[in-house]
Amino acid sequence: MGEHFLMAALSLLFLPIIVVVTLVITLATCGKSIGVRKWYVDLLLRIFEACKVKVQVANPSEELDNENDEEVSNETDAKADQIIEKDFFLSATKGVEKPEWRSSKKDFELSDVLYFSKCGMEAIIEDSVTKRFSAEELPSWNLLTRTQKPHQFMSVRLTALWCVGCFVRYVILLPFRLMIAIFGVVMLIVLTVLIGYLRESSLKRKLYRWASLVSFRILCRAFSCVIRYHNRENMAKSGICVANHTSPVDVIILSCDNCYAMIGQTHGGFLGVFQRSLARATAHIWFERSEARDRGLVAKRLRSHIADPNKLPILIFPEGTCINNTSVMMFKKGSFEVGSTIYPIAIKYDPRFGDAFWNSSKHSYSQHLLELMTSWALVCDVWYLPPMTKLENEDAVAFANRVKSKIASRGGLVELDWDGGLKRSYVKETMKEVPQEQYSKILKVD
Amino acid sequence: MGARSSMLQEEEISEIHKETGFSSNQIVRLYSRFTNLDKSDQGFLRRADFLRIPELAINPLGDRIVHAFFQESGGDTVNFRQFMRVLARFRPVKKNTQKNKLNDREEKLKFAFKMYDLDGDNMISRDELLNVLHMMVGANISDEQLGSIADRTIMEVDLDKDGYISFEEFVKAMERVDVEQKMSIRFLN
Repeated sequence: MGEHFLMAALSLLFLPIIVVVTLVITLATCGKSIGVRKWYVDLLLRIFEACKVKVQVANPSEELDNENDEEVSNETDAKADQIIEKDFFLSATKGVEKPEWRSSKKDFELSDVLYFSKCGMEAIIEDSVTKRFSAEELPSWNLLTRTQKPHQFMSVRLTALWCVGCFVRYVILLPFRLMIAIFGVVMLIVLTVLIGYLRESSLKRKLYRWASLVSFRILCRAFSCVIRYHNRENMAKSGICVANHTSPVDVIILSCDNCYAMIGQTHGGFLGVFQRSLARATAHIWFERSEARDRGLVAKRLRSHIADPNKLPILIFPEGTCINNTSVMMFKKGSFEVGSTIYPIAIKYDPRFGDAFWNSSKHSYSQHLLELMTSWALVCDVWYLPPMTKLENEDAVAFANRVKSKIASRGGLVELDWDGGLKRSYVKETMKEVPQEQYSKILKVD
Repeated sequence: MGARSSMLQEEEISEIHKETGFSSNQIVRLYSRFTNLDKSDQGFLRRADFLRIPELAINPLGDRIVHAFFQESGGDTVNFRQFMRVLARFRPVKKNTQKNKLNDREEKLKFAFKMYDLDGDNMISRDELLNVLHMMVGANISDEQLGSIADRTIMEVDLDKDGYISFEEFVKAMERVDVEQKMSIRFLN
């Protein structure tokens, strides 16, 4: 009797799950949406606003400040994680950015060390680079443990709300998302394997486009993505697309709307299987780790790919590594040497719903995906910028910087000259030469 | 997530406040920065943790600045208290507030003095001065020219003519320099 009851209960539970999953998949296939995710995101926003008020009330010391600067509250929100007002900015390419240093020559004074000392101290307290390699700090809490600030006071009500949030995310949302994700991945592999058997023809290309769009749309729903695409008239049909890089999920976000060829190193394991099945259905550029060092070889393959009008536009992330979506770091010049027309894309995630940044020194790939699936949602804006061409007397580096500027200003990101590779490696000793040269130029020497 | 270093206790915050004069809000934010720099999550910083900051690594005096922290700690690790004590020297001096002994003019000058005085004997020798000059200009000025700059400086500043710059002579030389402004960082509340 108990058994029967249990079976009945389970099957009753399963039915709505199957219905929802089927609905999601059908909608993805047709490319339509009934607006559930948008409604969900709006609901979340309202809850966050309510919580923000509660947190402020719970912190009586902060309340006094709020009374005094009500009009400045928006400003302080943006400056929430700033500790100091910096007087010095030291960059590897421009040296110390301080107007007095461009004036006429002066004698050496013992007090000259004060400039460098203060500059160094400011960098220790707050620097523009290291904070790009860890998750962005939120001005107000969004009920995720991982973004909780250590000193934040939690009332009982907030804790209860957080518990409910945890339950919703891990017990209700996560299983759904996992199922949809698995379905999407399997579908992608199966479809690309099948399409791979066809001979090269326009039918094959059409089928691949359809298969890719459908599978990636399903995967999008697996992360509860709400994406706003802007200026779709600038979308590329062939050539090179560049975008700023925050997470591997960037590829999914962009592939929901357009079909791209990808470029990257061959991996082993599951990712390798994925890469190989994709490569059978359409041309991608996968190269071995050893080949990666031969930049000429990669450039050659790139050139021949974009020369073929039947091949898909190739998606490149010139930063070379994942950055935390508050800034755009140095673009490596490789892709800007090959093609003369580039289609830039700017991607900006809304950090309130979940942190999209993959901190590869902290999380493995699967941990990162799990984090994304247990966030509230993935809300982002994608801007397709008008294509840019290399000018006559412009070299690749200048062109890369120009494109980077456009992407940064469109996405509302800080533009930095620093190399994203600094995430893992130290600064070269030779980079001291610019500030040293700058200082020696203003010193009077007999 | 940090093993031991995730929460800063109330008593620690008030102790640091008494010692350095930072407000508790500033202390908490600086603690957050400290833990961000502490990549090994052990509750203290090593030299490598500082030099991971690119803007500090390309600062010509970067090594000396980092050295100042380890002089304060007396070892090869820096914990949060020691970190704060060094930062305290860069707090602006506000009139009409409680005078905190760590950020007055003398302490700021002592910090600047330590940039030169590597061996800590309270005297800046010609060699020590040359070393710092060399760090700041790199290979752009010849050693001879640096030598004459050093000699001229010592001649102007060395009042008792012993060939060294003592701390008192250093203070006198910096009389007209607005040390309070040049050695103060604008902390937001």
